[in-house]
Amino acid sequence: MDLSVRIGSLLLKNPLIAASGCFGYGVEYADVVDLSSLGAIAVKGLFLSEREGHAAPRIVETPAGMLNAIGLQGIGVRRFVSEKLPELRARNATVVVNVCGTTLDEYVEVSRILSDAEGVGAIELNISCPNIKEGGIQFGCSLNGTYDVVSAVRKVTRLPVIPKLTPNVTDVPSFARAAEEGGADAVSLVNTFLAMVIDIETRQPKISNVVGGLSGPAIRPIAVRMVYECRQTVRIPIIGMGGIADARDALEFMIAGATAVQVGTANFVDPFIWTKLVDGIRDYLQRHRIARVSDLVGTIDTHASATERSGV
Amino acid sequence: MPVDVAAEVIVNRALSADYNLVALAAPAIAAAAAPGQFVMLKANAGFDPLLRRPFSIFEILRDGGGTPSALTILSKRVGPSTNLLYDARAGQRIACLGPIGRPFTIVDAPVEGWMIAGGVGLAPFATLAESLRARRVETTLFYGARRAAELFHLDFFRALGVALVLTTEDGSAGETGRVVAPLDRKLAARDRQAPVMLYACGPEAMLAATARIAARHQRPCQVSVERVMGCGLGGCYSCVVPMRGEDGGRHHVRSCIAGPVLAADQIIWD
Ligand SMILES: Cc1cc2nc3c(=O)[nH]c(=O)nc-3n(C[C@H](O)[C@H](O)[C@H](O)COP(=O)(O)O)c2cc1C
Repeated sequence: MDLSVRIGSLLLKNPLIAASGCFGYGVEYADVVDLSSLGAIAVKGLFLSEREGHAAPRIVETPAGMLNAIGLQGIGVRRFVSEKLPELRARNATVVVNVCGTTLDEYVEVSRILSDAEGVGAIELNISCPNIKEGGIQFGCSLNGTYDVVSAVRKVTRLPVIPKLTPNVTDVPSFARAAEEGGADAVSLVNTFLAMVIDIETRQPKISNVVGGLSGPAIRPIAVRMVYECRQTVRIPIIGMGGIADARDALEFMIAGATAVQVGTANFVDPFIWTKLVDGIRDYLQRHRIARVSDLVGTIDTHASATERSGV
Repeated sequence: MPVDVAAEVIVNRALSADYNLVALAAPAIAAAAAPGQFVMLKANAGFDPLLRRPFSIFEILRDGGGTPSALTILSKRVGPSTNLLYDARAGQRIACLGPIGRPFTIVDAPVEGWMIAGGVGLAPFATLAESLRARRVETTLFYGARRAAELFHLDFFRALGVALVLTTEDGSAGETGRVVAPLDRKLAARDRQAPVMLYACGPEAMLAATARIAARHQRPCQVSVERVMGCGLGGCYSCVVPMRGEDGGRHHVRSCIAGPVLAADQIIWD
């Protein structure tokens, strides 16, 4: 059975990727997970320099989900390359670096530094963080901005370039198309949904940033729909995510059109989820006599009759 | 190295309308745990609530041969997860990930160990008291609660030879008022040459007051902080505490992996 999938020039041993911001820099999990057993690890978003992020409280739970406004705290790309990358390399992890920027030049510069470093597998362009004012989202919410960032980074790196799209726009597929036209090797979606929670007793927002990004099982059906729509629109691979909590959820994204998937919030609940996901996918492929997981991608059947669908 | 155990509830004892004590069969975690460490618990399957919650390890229970067999959790109801824990039934299984976090640094005699606990902040001090007393360290527990009925486990500490200084807000036991008041007085009365290590756990305002008092009397102080935590393993950056770095700047430190025990004089209490 072949679990490997290809994202541009990057070959993943399985389609499971730890979602950015939900797995630290990977090294934090070395004690509990064999880092080389994951398809890849998308590390916490990195700017050129260090950032302290927002004040606590930074998260609050919601029905079947959570809201976060971390504010992209991070050690900056140079410290990442010198302090974290060597250990990730030693542990044979496939590393996707989530790249942030407040300006187009910053995206380019961070990507250039990563391209010169040893052990980076791909660049995921975070143009979709809903929690910071300057940068990022201003590119991700404009078709021209998306095209400009992707094509500028494309020019300075041979690594696969994977813009990460926001769901907080009317038409996600048009952004996937802008990314494809800019030269992206794949797109990943979705980042979190802008949301808020208020404490009615104090009438204060429950996180310090007032608004934050919603993740977890609550968002899954919307994310699946967005992956499905983008699959109809672009030819490049899609990395799907949003609320995956077990193997069935991962398979659902792949059937909708995702070549690989990322898992974020569910890793908080169960850091040992990865072997369970791999086993569940294997089981399914066996049961359905599918030799390669990549053969499952985009196989959704939308022509079934009503009686077939209801299982009668 | 933390492990995840589907730990059976051995017994769940209600201590008051808010507090309960749950014993969980988690021998591997109990055997590895050090005072100040915590576990991440989830008492329900499914998504509501979704995330685990951090709890200090209260006691380590041992079998007849002295081998650690279980741990207990002292919990106070404040929301959905602690309600589930309050209502947990014997035989039920609770997902228990641990032990996690940087433990207390344990002093040796002649340094004295003074523990300052507010409410459910008593939780890390049962195991700490055992470790300190095992080293024959003179140990005092300053323990404040709302009322006498919410001062728990006093006999446990007495049996270990821990001196108790009790306060209640309503005056129903010990001194009336906040626990930091007697701490301040006793530090003022103490010989400067006689070393003391302060250990504090409780509400944020109490920790901040303890840190100020420790600084004023120039005593080292380790605090166990409590923050909203997403994962407990350093993955999410939710549980940060603002601290002064070596560069003098303000840094957000993840309390799950750099803590929960932190040096009071490095925390920025704003
Ligand atoms: C605490 C937290 C921090 C996150 N940080 C980042 C980040 O730094 N960069 C990024 O592109 N996405 C970030 N995300 C978004 C996730 O990578 C993912 O897109 C989203 O959570 C949906 O997946 P999930 O439902 O499996 O968590 C973060 C999400 C959470 C919950």
